[in-house]
Amino acid sequence: MDYKMNLTEHQRALLDGKEGAVKAKAMQTLVMFGEIFGAKRMVPVTHKQAHLVTSFGIGLLKPLYKTIDSLIAEGVKAEGGFSVDPRPLDYRNVKCNLLEKLVFNKILYGRQADYEAQLKAVGLKNDNAFTCTCYLPEVGNVPKEGDVLSWAESSAVVYANSVLGARCNRNSGMLDLFGAIVGYVPEFGLLTDEGRKASWRVVVKTSRLPEAQILGSAVGMKVMEDVPYIVGLDRFLGDTVDESVTGYLKDFGAATASNGAVGLYHIEGLTPEAKRYGKELLRPDAEEYVIDDAELERVYASYPVMWKDRDARPDLCFIGCPHLTLRQLNDWTDRIAAGLKDTGRTKVAVRTVLTASPDVIAAFRKTDRYDILTGTGATLSYICPLMYTNNPLTKRKAIMTNSNKLRTYSAARYYKDAEILDKIVGKEVAR
Amino acid sequence: MKQFKGRPLTGGSAELEAVVSKQGVNTLATFQKSALTGAKQVIASDQNNPDLFGKNITGKALCLPITIGSTTGGLVIQTVCAMKINPKAFLFAEHVDSLAASGIVLAKVWEDSDVIAVDLLGKEFLDAVKTGDRLLIDEDGTVTIL
Repeated sequence: MDYKMNLTEHQRALLDGKEGAVKAKAMQTLVMFGEIFGAKRMVPVTHKQAHLVTSFGIGLLKPLYKTIDSLIAEGVKAEGGFSVDPRPLDYRNVKCNLLEKLVFNKILYGRQADYEAQLKAVGLKNDNAFTCTCYLPEVGNVPKEGDVLSWAESSAVVYANSVLGARCNRNSGMLDLFGAIVGYVPEFGLLTDEGRKASWRVVVKTSRLPEAQILGSAVGMKVMEDVPYIVGLDRFLGDTVDESVTGYLKDFGAATASNGAVGLYHIEGLTPEAKRYGKELLRPDAEEYVIDDAELERVYASYPVMWKDRDARPDLCFIGCPHLTLRQLNDWTDRIAAGLKDTGRTKVAVRTVLTASPDVIAAFRKTDRYDILTGTGATLSYICPLMYTNNPLTKRKAIMTNSNKLRTYSAARYYKDAEILDKIVGKEVAR
Repeated sequence: MKQFKGRPLTGGSAELEAVVSKQGVNTLATFQKSALTGAKQVIASDQNNPDLFGKNITGKALCLPITIGSTTGGLVIQTVCAMKINPKAFLFAEHVDSLAASGIVLAKVWEDSDVIAVDLLGKEFLDAVKTGDRLLIDEDGTVTIL
């Protein structure tokens, strides 16, 4: 087959099957994919640990299982290993009734155990490597600035590009694994200097630090797949990416990626490329979007309420999509405990699940706050709330969340952090 | 007759019936129900897409701007192609998105699918084409509304 790309000797050898038929097909897939987007060459993946998006053994994805079987048959694996998105189920901490379990086990995720065995065979890092926040220090899949990645999971990709300065396109499931196996990805889009320039200047003129999830939603819905350069946010966040802002940047990015299709954002004075290149990152013809308090309220008011009864009492609350950082877990524990003290309650008023990666949960368990949180009746889980809400039976429940990503892909209702806290601790909140 | 020239992503010629979505097609939501139940044809199941909801799209020319939604989108397209219940052609008005492109390539390379894909047909194409129209698709990416 003829390809327009300039390929190295090793890349041609891979295509010619010198390292096996299955690697050849993986390489062919990546080259054909890159050519659709005008990639001129394949570049080495420099951060060897991949991150995969497909963590759930859903029955319909039979070609996925067949393809991984063919990798296993030829002894092919991702040499750098990989993490993968969260598990879809955690019956111990997110209880389900018999009917829900039947749908989960027999219809939705009947292949889960088999699929996890396949993942281990082709390079899954360990049993704890199920999270959408692989880039947190407790998890340890942390690229350096300038690293080229073969990752999927939109929230992880936007974090790696924006906060860590790594380079990765918004990939589909399967291609994430292929890039890790052959060690190359096509160079286009966010892998190029030009593709990382901003075509939007977003001016934040709010009176206080905006809710990360609403700001991200507003930006995502405006710029869609473009790169935004955000000014005015460093007034609130400062000039250093440390644990006090990583949770904010994670949640902001996830909302830009799910409410739009943002793969990279720059925040003036804060994120690495914005600090290094400043306004040089702005394209000359960049459009402008001003966000003030009124604009945030307009966006918030635009979210449809998908509950059958919009005045329903919430049945369940998910906090942690994407998974919480350790700092966020600590903060939520303190806020819930203080809120309960205010309302004179000992237990949360709404069944509440806080979600985090297994490694972050393990670190949190070692702290005094673990007993405080569990003492409130809230539970801690490694589940993917999105995968949980894939079960059509969960649509009968009034689920609330402070995640704009979960709101977008499910019938869960979004509330601001302060509102959701009031609901959890038993205060009434008027919308 | 109206003609539109696009970019052939995967070659092929066919005369097909059009089914049109003016909005981005959520791949997982559209195909999930039929694929999960092993159906012989895809009845589009995305309730948020009134253009497609309830329509049979197997063997048709699916005319759309781009696909949207979960990053499983590529795998879902590969899956319905493997089950041979896919739209025979994907006709994109815009530049194909990365998830649909992945799905088309995965179907070609791993399933030896004969799915046809053309992109860059332009907004005018989506304005002109209607569900039920007969379309002639040429190897070179020309689409004619008959």
